[in-house]
Amino acid sequence: MLLSMNWIEDFVDLSGLDKLDLIHKLSLSTAEVENEIFFKGADLSGVVVAEIKSVEDHPESKKLHLLKVDAGDGKLTDVVCGAPNVRVGMKTAFAKVGATLGEITIAPRPLAGYTSFGMCCSEAELGISDDHSGIMDITEDVPCGTDVKQIWDIDDIVFEIDNKSLTNRPDLWSHYGFAREFAALAGRQLKPLEVEDLKAYDSLKKIDMKIEDPLCQRYSCMQVENITRSVSPVNMRIRLSYCGMRGINFLADLTNYLMLEVGQPMHAFDSRKVEKIRIKRFDTPFTFQTLDGVERNIDENTLMICNDNTPVAIAGIMGGLDSEIVEDTTTLTLESATFDAVSIRKSTVRLAHRTDASMRYEKCLDPEMTTLAIARFINLLKKYDKDVQVVSALTDEYAFKYDTVTLNFDKNFVDRYTGIEISNDTILKTLTDLGFKVTLDGDSFTVVVPSWRATKDVTIKADIIEEITRIYGYDNFDINTTRSPLYPVRADAVKHNEDKIKDMLVKRWNLHELHSYVWAYNDEMKDLGLPVEDNVRLANATNPNIETIRNSIIPTQLCQLKANAGYAPDYGIFEIGRVVKGLKADGLCNEQKMLCITLFSKTKNIRDLYLELRDMLAIIAGDIKHKSLSYKAAEPAHAFEHPVNLNKIYIDGEEIGTMGILHPAVLKKIDKKANVVFAEINMSAFTDAETAPIVYDEPSKFPGVSYDISVEVPSGTLFEALENCWQAEGNGLLKGARIVDTYDTEEFHSITIRFEFSSSERTLSGAEIGEIMDKVIANLANIGVTLRS
Amino acid sequence: MENQIIALRNEITGKLSEVTDLSELDAIRVAYLGKKGSITALLKGMKDLSVEEKKSFGAKVNELKEEATEAIDKKALELKEQEIQRELDSMPVFDVTTPANTDRGSYHPITLVQRQCEAIFRTMGFAIIDYPEIVTDYECFEALNIPKHHPARDMQDTYYLDNGQLLKSHTSAAQNAILKKYGKALVEKGEPIRAIFPGRCFRNEATDACHENTFFQMEGVMVDKDISISNLIYFMKTMLSEVFRKDIKVRLRPGFFPFVEPGFELDISCLICGGEGCPSCKQSGWLELCPCGMIHPNVLKEGGIDPEQYTGFAFGLGLTRLAMMKYGVKDIRNLNSGSLKALAQFTDDE
Repeated sequence: MLLSMNWIEDFVDLSGLDKLDLIHKLSLSTAEVENEIFFKGADLSGVVVAEIKSVEDHPESKKLHLLKVDAGDGKLTDVVCGAPNVRVGMKTAFAKVGATLGEITIAPRPLAGYTSFGMCCSEAELGISDDHSGIMDITEDVPCGTDVKQIWDIDDIVFEIDNKSLTNRPDLWSHYGFAREFAALAGRQLKPLEVEDLKAYDSLKKIDMKIEDPLCQRYSCMQVENITRSVSPVNMRIRLSYCGMRGINFLADLTNYLMLEVGQPMHAFDSRKVEKIRIKRFDTPFTFQTLDGVERNIDENTLMICNDNTPVAIAGIMGGLDSEIVEDTTTLTLESATFDAVSIRKSTVRLAHRTDASMRYEKCLDPEMTTLAIARFINLLKKYDKDVQVVSALTDEYAFKYDTVTLNFDKNFVDRYTGIEISNDTILKTLTDLGFKVTLDGDSFTVVVPSWRATKDVTIKADIIEEITRIYGYDNFDINTTRSPLYPVRADAVKHNEDKIKDMLVKRWNLHELHSYVWAYNDEMKDLGLPVEDNVRLANATNPNIETIRNSIIPTQLCQLKANAGYAPDYGIFEIGRVVKGLKADGLCNEQKMLCITLFSKTKNIRDLYLELRDMLAIIAGDIKHKSLSYKAAEPAHAFEHPVNLNKIYIDGEEIGTMGILHPAVLKKIDKKANVVFAEINMSAFTDAETAPIVYDEPSKFPGVSYDISVEVPSGTLFEALENCWQAEGNGLLKGARIVDTYDTEEFHSITIRFEFSSSERTLSGAEIGEIMDKVIANLANIGVTLRS
Repeated sequence: MENQIIALRNEITGKLSEVTDLSELDAIRVAYLGKKGSITALLKGMKDLSVEEKKSFGAKVNELKEEATEAIDKKALELKEQEIQRELDSMPVFDVTTPANTDRGSYHPITLVQRQCEAIFRTMGFAIIDYPEIVTDYECFEALNIPKHHPARDMQDTYYLDNGQLLKSHTSAAQNAILKKYGKALVEKGEPIRAIFPGRCFRNEATDACHENTFFQMEGVMVDKDISISNLIYFMKTMLSEVFRKDIKVRLRPGFFPFVEPGFELDISCLICGGEGCPSCKQSGWLELCPCGMIHPNVLKEGGIDPEQYTGFAFGLGLTRLAMMKYGVKDIRNLNSGSLKALAQFTDDE
C-alpha cells in the first residue's frame, strides 16, 4: 500500500520533524516500509500557469498548432504544441525554457520549421497522474506565471508499506490509521476528521433496507442528488495517483479517496436500481456480471447485496454492472457496510477475485466506521460540489456489535514481560496516543481498547505489551540474559547416534551426505524401471511427479546415482531421512527415520563391495552399541532388490534393517559396468538396542600362543557354522579366531584360521592347546570341514 | 716372535684402512681377536716360552690386542657414522607442491550449520529435540493459536496428506509437544524449558532459485517465570554472533504470527556490507532473518502451562537460509538436488 505524507499531515502536524526518520521509525514500530521512498515533485521545476493567447494551425502538420502563450513574464512566448485540446483563453501548465520534467530539461527546440520556447504539459508529463489525453485545462483562478507547485500538492513523500505486515491491523489500511501511528511516534496530536453532521438529515425519509443474513454485520446508507461535478479536483487526483489509483470520475474517485483515507470501502448505486436493499445469500447458484464486465459464478455461500430479490453487488467485493452509476443517474445510494471477514475471504478465493475492498474486509474492519465514513463522504462531496443535496436520512442497521474489550494489568506485568523498566507515565501516554482509554490507579491499569483495534487485534494483555514496546522502540531495549537456573541436558538418543554415524560415514569411509525429498520421484523412478509403491499420498500436490510419500530411501538414492553419473569411479552416498511405512492402526502415518547407504563402484568386485558395506555396518554397531550384527537371508520384496545376498540385519535378535545388491535390471539403467550395493537401517530400532558395556581385557603378563589350521570348507557352509565349532571349546583361553588366508580353486574353498590363546595366570603348554584344538578339529569334521593336508 | 707382532700390527692397520662396511669389520675382529684369531693364537703359542719371555712377550701381545680392539672399535664407530651419512645422502627431495590427495567424504551443508547452532545452544543449556515431519492439524495449527480460517491453513500453502495429516509447514509444530514434554519439570521442579528443534518444513509452492518446497528451520523455545523481550533479544544476538563468529547487530520489527505476542521480524546487520547498504541487502543495510516473539498465552495454555505464571520466547531460524548465506549458495535447489558436484565440496567446517 502506497501512502502520501501530505495526506497523513492532513491529520497530524509533523512540521519541524525529519520525515524520513519518522518513516524509518514507523518501519521499526508499526509496519514494514519498503526500501524505496519516492520524492514526488523533486524532479519538477519551472512549470507555471500560462494562458493561451492565440492558436494557429501549423501550415504543414495536421496535429501541430502554433501558440502564443502568456506565462506571466510580460511577453508572449511562441510554442509549438501537438495537444488536441488547445484553445484560446485556456490556462494550462507551461514548462518554460530551463524547466525540468524528470530527466528532461526544456530548451528552445525546432519543431517542423518553427521553434518552440517551452512546452505545454499534460498531467502525465508533470508526473501527477497517468492522464495524457491533452494538456492541462486549469480552472483555478490564479494569475499567469504562478508556479504549479503553489497551486497543487505536487511535492510529496510517498512510501510503500508491505501489505503482508498489515494482516492483523484492519485500522492501518488507511491514511488516517497511519496518521494515528505517526502521532504516537512523534508525540503529536491526532486531528479529528472533518465530517458532516448527519443528524441534520434525520427528518428525511429512510431508505428501505434490511439485513437478512448474519454475515452482514452492519449496513449504513444514504441518498444524495444533484451531483454536477464530473472531474475530481487536481489535488485529489494527485493523491490517488501517487497512491497507485487511476482517476475515473469525481464520484468513483471520491469513494476510492474515502477508502484510502479512512479505510472504509464504499459503493455508490444508482438509486433506481436499489429501491429495496436486502442483504442475503441465495440457495441456488447463478451467474452475476460485475462492473468490470466479467460474468462470475455465485454460489450459496456468497453474500449478495440485492434489490429485493435481484442481486446488485457481491458484498464486500465488487458492484454489479446493472446498478452502476450511468449518464442519466440522478440519485445515488451510498453504501458503507461491514461483513464477516472470513466469509469475504472465502468468497474472494472462490471467485479468484481480490479487490481493494475485499482486501480490507478480510482483515475484520471496525463496524463503528461505516457511519463515520458516510459523514466524511458527504463532507467532502459538499466541499467539492456545492449543489449536492442529501435526500435521505442516514439509514443504518447494526446487526453485529463487537464486545468492548477492557483489559486490566499492573506495572509488574509489563516489567516481567519486557525485562526493562518502562514508567507508568510512558505506558499511559503511549496507550492514550494510540486511542486506548486508560485509567491508572497506583500501579494498576485499566485499558479500554478502541473499536478499531478490538475486532480481533487487541484482545488480551499480551497485546498491550506489544503496543507499549513497539512505540517505546526495540532499539532502546537493554538486553540481558536470563536468570534461570541451569540443569544438565541429556542429548536425544536418536540424534546422538545420528551424529556419530554421520561422522563415521564421512570421516572413516569418505561417504557423501545428501538430502532428498520425502516423496517418491515418479519420473526418475520410471526411468529406472521402478514402480512407485502404494503409500500415503499428498492430497494437493500440484506436480504429479511428487504425489506419493516414499516408503524407502533406497529408490531415491538410486535416482541420485543416476543423476550423478560420471561423478567418480567409486563413491558412496548416505542420508538419514524420513519414510512412511503405511498407516498405523490409529490412521496416522507410520513415519520412520532411516539411515540409507548406497555404494557405487566401477573398480571393486561385487563381493568386496558388498562386504565393505557389511563391515561399515558392523563397525557402526560395534562402536556405538559394542555389539555384533547378525544376518538372515530375506526374500526380495522390491523391484530394486537382487534376490541373492539380500539380508535382514539384526541386533540382539531384533531386526534393524536390510542390506543387498542392486537388481541387474535397474543397475543396467544406472551404469552397465558398475556394482551397486545398499543398506537401509531403521534409526529408532538401532537406537533402541541396548548399548553393551565395553569389556576391557587386561593384557596378560604371559605370552600368548597362536595356532593356525588350514581347512577345506564345503560350498554353502557359512563361517558362522565354523564359529560354532570352537565357541564352547576354548576353556576361557581362546581369545579369538580369524581368517588369515583364503585359497580357492575350482574344486574347493580353503581358508587358514588363526586361533589366539592366552591366559592371565600362566604360560600355556603345547599340550593343553593341542587338546582344545583336537576338539575343535573334531567338531569341524562333524560339519564336513576337513583339515587340508 | 717380535717380528710376528710387528707383522700382525701392520697387517691389521692395512686391513682396517681398506675396510668399508661393518660386516667386513666384524670378519676382521673375528680373524684377529676371536677365539681362533691370530692374536689369540700368539697368546696360545706362548706356552713354550720361559717365564721371563712370557712376561715380556705377553705384555707386548696384550698391548697389540688392546691396540687392535681400540682401532677396530674406532673403525666401527666411523663406519656407523658413514652409514648414517649415506642414508642421509641417499634421501631424495620430494616435491611437496604436487597436489595432495584430499579425497574425502562430505556433510550436507545443512548438517554443518545445524551442528554449529546446536553446539551454541547446548552450551546455553538447551535440549535438542527430534520430531516427525508428518504432523496433525492440531500440532501444526490449532495448538499454535492459528484459527480455523487463517490463510496459513489454505491448501495452497500446506501439503495435506490423504489420511488427513500434513507435512509440517513450520518447526513451530513441535512447540506443543516440547511444552508438554518439559512442562511438568518446569512446574514441579522449577526447571526452565529450553529446547531447540532443527527440522524439515514443507510448503506447497513452486520452486525457483530462492524458493523451495522443502527446507530446514530451527525452532527455539524457552519458558520460565520471568522470560522477557530483553532476554529474547539477548539470546538471538548471542546465538547469531556465535554462528557468524562476529558481533552481529540485530533489530526487531513488529511481525504478526498468531503463536507469538508480541511477534517480531528479526533483522541482522548485512553480512556483506556491514550495514552500509549493498545489493545483497537491497541497500537497506539489514537482512531479514528470523521471525520470533513471546509465546502467545494461548499456546502456553494449550501446552499445559499457566501463562499468568510463566512467560517464554520462541524463534524459528531459517537453517537453509543461514547455510546459503554462510556458504554463498545462490540456488536453493542445489541443496536437495543430490548433486555431488555441488555438495561434495562441504567436507567439514570449523
